[in-house]
Amino acid sequence: MRSFLVRRLTAIPLTLLGVSVLVFLATTVLPGDVGRTILGREASDASVAALDHQLGLDQPVTVRYLRWLGRFLTGDWGDSYTLHQPVTGLVATRLENSATLAVYTFVLLLPVALTLGLAAGVRHDTLLDRLVSGLSLAFGATPEFVTGVVLLVVFAVDLKWFPASALPAPGDGPLLVLWHLTLPAVSLVVLCTGYVARHVRASTVAVVEGPYVRAARLRGTSPAKVVLRHVLRNATVPATSALGVQLQFLLGGLVVVELLFNYPGVGALLLQAAIDKDLPTLQATAMILGALYMAVVLVADLAYRLLDPRVRVAAA
Amino acid sequence: MTALTAAASARLRLRGQPAAALAALVLLLWVGAALFWPHLVPQDPALQVPAERFRSPSAAHWLGTDQFGRDVFARMLAGSRPVLTVAPLATALGVAAGAAIGLTTGTLRGWVDDIVMRVLDAAVVFPAVIAAVLFVALLGHSTVVLVLVIGAAFVPIVARSVRAATLVERERPYVEAALLRGEPRASLMLREILPNIRGTLLVEATSRLGDAIFAAATLSFLGLGQGPGSPEWGASVSENRVWLQLAPWTVLAPALAIGSLVIAVALLADVLRQRWDGR
Repeated sequence: MRSFLVRRLTAIPLTLLGVSVLVFLATTVLPGDVGRTILGREASDASVAALDHQLGLDQPVTVRYLRWLGRFLTGDWGDSYTLHQPVTGLVATRLENSATLAVYTFVLLLPVALTLGLAAGVRHDTLLDRLVSGLSLAFGATPEFVTGVVLLVVFAVDLKWFPASALPAPGDGPLLVLWHLTLPAVSLVVLCTGYVARHVRASTVAVVEGPYVRAARLRGTSPAKVVLRHVLRNATVPATSALGVQLQFLLGGLVVVELLFNYPGVGALLLQAAIDKDLPTLQATAMILGALYMAVVLVADLAYRLLDPRVRVAAA
Repeated sequence: MTALTAAASARLRLRGQPAAALAALVLLLWVGAALFWPHLVPQDPALQVPAERFRSPSAAHWLGTDQFGRDVFARMLAGSRPVLTVAPLATALGVAAGAAIGLTTGTLRGWVDDIVMRVLDAAVVFPAVIAAVLFVALLGHSTVVLVLVIGAAFVPIVARSVRAATLVERERPYVEAALLRGEPRASLMLREILPNIRGTLLVEATSRLGDAIFAAATLSFLGLGQGPGSPEWGASVSENRVWLQLAPWTVLAPALAIGSLVIAVALLADVLRQRWDGR
């Protein structure tokens, strides 16, 4: 366990360093004329050159990378080219918004996926099982903006149960915030549930066929007790790795859902920065999302190891 | 594309599989639309008729009209072409490159295998959506960039599963026999192992095709597709979502088109996977 942690914790900074080179190169070499983009087509060549010099864009690439990395590590992420405010504060606010949405999604996802997977697994090869498997497959294949648009038409336009925008009015309490975030969260839940439910189902089927469950049944333990006491834990452990994979999808899905529901999260910020070629913001959001992504993978792996004694022992 | 569909339907013996048969039919319809839409549309999908804005679905306009008075049904049919151009090309690129890498490293094994697999593991760590946004936004939107970005994201996935299948085949007696009679490595890979992992390749190609349609539609929705005026489905959903209250059909038509296509491909991929796993 300890050696696993040490290995992963040393690998993560190295990978992040690689990511930083990639992000820097992508944002430095590819975008072409930044000064021209910011100032527009009518600006004179002299003023474009002056802005490039002011932004330090006329220096050699290695110098600019080291200078950028140094500033980035000390928390100085520069000012946004388009929003004219420090990127650090901007990213922090947006990150908080995205975290609210992600946690809410996860809280909805977990019970739904577990229940569906367990039900389908315990009653495998019945109509219920085929229904859950079929729907999981269909919903898991459908992009979240497609589900989101259908949800919007039904629940925001037609029934008017939920608002079309995810952004609550300033001063709204936590319940109103969640009410606004329900449709975006449900679009992500619909996308991710199927994958997790399929994993829970597969491990449930394996557990239900196992000798100790049969023994418990033969002892006359009630079916509900068998599921709660014997199946639940054994079937959910392998599903934690599936959840980890879905958390990664969630980070990507944030970009799409935040755009669809006009929600000012970090995904929407990344997209806007990429379209506007707002390099400091783009670098910071890409780095932060990359780091978060790796943290999520690490946490999922750790949870899997802590929950499963077999892996825990094998890794020691 | 059509060869893949034909191969898939031949494999399935569709009579016993109503869902798979329906999926194959939906896929065929969209492929038909992508190929022949200019002969099928009631009017030019780009034709703007200001007097006919936001008409709800009727006999004249089956799926209504949009903010410029363009026919939504015509745009939906025309929108099948960009996605069914980008997705199969990206799939072909990803599967070909991934298979080449997986087959080579799986056959050679040793240090080549170690190094290549480490690099691919590191590449998977970076979230694909973020990488795609980064590269498409900065390289400019064109079919070529979209195909390259989506195809590149598939390479590590395909390489891993092809390598795994190759490692299994590597232990079979026929490979040993080929090695003993001194067959060159290239011929061993292409003539002996490749035909025996065709099931893995077919399953990978179908699954990745579904992923590619998902990715192409999503990038188009994010404004990273072929640009304004294009009847692309993702872009249509994004452009028209402002009019959701007023004209929901302008959003629902392209959204349901995407849904039907991705679900059809996912179902076919699932049936193929079960067939080959069951062997």
